[in-house]
Amino acid sequence: MFVAWRDLRFAKGRFVLMGAVVVLITVLVGLVSGLTAGLARANTSAITDLPADHLAFARPVDGEDVSFTVSSVDADTWAAWERVPGVTTAEPLGIVTTRAQADGRTASVSAFGVQPGSGLAPSPAQVRDGAVVLSTAAADELDARTGDTVTVAGRDLRVTDVARDASYSHTPVVWTSLDDFQQLSRGDGDGGPRATVVALTTTPAADLVAADTELGTTTVSRDDALSAIGSFTSENGSLQLMRGFLFAISALVIGAFFTVWTIQRSGDIAVLKALGASTGYLLRDALGQAVVLLGLGTVAGTAVAVAAGAALGSAVPFVLDFATVAGPALIMIALGVAGAALSIRRITSVDPLTALGSAR
Amino acid sequence: MSLHLTDVTLTYPDGGARLIALDDVTLHVPAGTITALVGPSGSGKSSLLAVAATLISPDSGQVVIAGTDTTGMSRNRLTELRRTRIGMVFQQPNLLPSLTAIEQLQVMAHLDGRAPRGARGRALELLEAVGLTGQADRRPHELSGGQRQRINIARALMNEPAVLLVDEPTSALDQERGAAILDLITTLTHRQGAATVLVTHDRSHLTAVDQVVEIHDGRLRTPVASGAP
Ligand SMILES: Nc1ncnc2c1ncn2[C@@H]1O[C@H](COP(=O)(O)OP(=O)(O)OP(=O)(O)O)[C@@H](O)[C@H]1O
Ligand SMILES: [Mg+2]
Repeated sequence: MFVAWRDLRFAKGRFVLMGAVVVLITVLVGLVSGLTAGLARANTSAITDLPADHLAFARPVDGEDVSFTVSSVDADTWAAWERVPGVTTAEPLGIVTTRAQADGRTASVSAFGVQPGSGLAPSPAQVRDGAVVLSTAAADELDARTGDTVTVAGRDLRVTDVARDASYSHTPVVWTSLDDFQQLSRGDGDGGPRATVVALTTTPAADLVAADTELGTTTVSRDDALSAIGSFTSENGSLQLMRGFLFAISALVIGAFFTVWTIQRSGDIAVLKALGASTGYLLRDALGQAVVLLGLGTVAGTAVAVAAGAALGSAVPFVLDFATVAGPALIMIALGVAGAALSIRRITSVDPLTALGSAR
Repeated sequence: MSLHLTDVTLTYPDGGARLIALDDVTLHVPAGTITALVGPSGSGKSSLLAVAATLISPDSGQVVIAGTDTTGMSRNRLTELRRTRIGMVFQQPNLLPSLTAIEQLQVMAHLDGRAPRGARGRALELLEAVGLTGQADRRPHELSGGQRQRINIARALMNEPAVLLVDEPTSALDQERGAAILDLITTLTHRQGAATVLVTHDRSHLTAVDQVVEIHDGRLRTPVASGAP
């Protein structure tokens, strides 16, 4: 990179301009990525953090996908799942989104009904009939502490613990006993307790398909179950689409820039070729230049996105971790280099003979 | 370390037919001498230079550069040969806008896989030879036309070429500067022991060279005049 370095410095204005575009797109990609992860977290963290690998839903009617709002399973089902060979644990989990009140403060919460002592709740010993365990966000919103009384769907429950953060469908989670859940969800009409899904821990030996057929359920992995949360697929889908477009735009803009740049210096390229520069030498030079531009732009843009994300704090759901920050940055660089490589390719077709002409 | 063209024929596609740009050209340029190539416009001077520079392969005939027969060589080998054995002085200086005068020369070492820093000494030497020691750190836009042309010449000599090909080096310069440039080429050719071909329109140059060949419609004429005693 002898000539390329000097071109970078000599044509500073152009490269700074292009670098600024890379920075801005990277900031946007970083913010959208953080937001995507943050919103996904607010939508699904209570499910992704479940100590279970599969969830059994009531089998949906033909042609429909599994859904937390529609699914309902009875006590026989989870008892039967417990007996399926290869299934280590099968525990009922009831989910209902409802309102909670404490001292005049109201919040939408998702109540997770679990059997007393169940590992599905963060502090199993504290989940009893008449008691509620709050996630930290729920405690914040209700301004409630251990020992306070919270009214959930009209029932007074005593707060026995405030445990880890968990969120479902953009609402904070509270954990109740499965019996209380029956009241909250106004089920319990006909024949015994019901839950929304059965949370399973399985070994590879378990034949889930056969058990599904026998028990009238549809079992999906925990990660696949996210699409059963009403808004998740569409919300996540549109944000990912946005991200995809940003990646494509940046690759195209970089490609266009380097196309123009390469055409502009095709005279210099012809001279270098006539002087004996190999095509490989010229390609390395040009590609190195693209990598420097993209690397600097992307690092700067990511730094700005991280700073902005940190400044936003808890005002918006925004997740800043290595995957949300470094992942998109690397994709930006990779796609940008690909875009540049396509435009730089035309170096190979520059004819050194043109350097001989009297006018370039 | 000389240049030999033997029975070189070159044609360009010309509509359905082919235009004969070089017709059975044989030329021998010994090391340390200058051959001036003159002829009317369109007679094939640049074509001959391009063939000697290995930028075009002739339809038939042989181009031997410093003892190496280039016939049938791969593109990569030709590029390498150009880099190591051939010096090109273009009609326009063709300097790279982002490089300083000394870097214009150092890049030649870099093209050849050597550290530009290691070539600094040689570059300074050549800049001195062309009288530009004081301008080493100037970029092309900060130099006069004559100064650029002198760097063009110094650059061609950077990798100690066996063959120096010079295409109308003075056409952009006034009489006085043109004469100085020609002087420079003569001196450096003798000092480096290069086999030099000089395309020129300027008859006044012909007295300073060792051999003059005239080209008409792609055919060489027997030497018409020689400046050598
Ligand atoms: N790339 C090309 N394709 C087709 N014909 C060409 C090409 N290059 C040159 N010619 C033709 O070949 C002939 C010789 O051209 P050349 O450029 O070698 O002439 P020249 O002696 O250098 O002329 P000038 O003094 O004007 O530079 C001309 O008739 C020209 O039109
Ligand atoms: Mg010509």
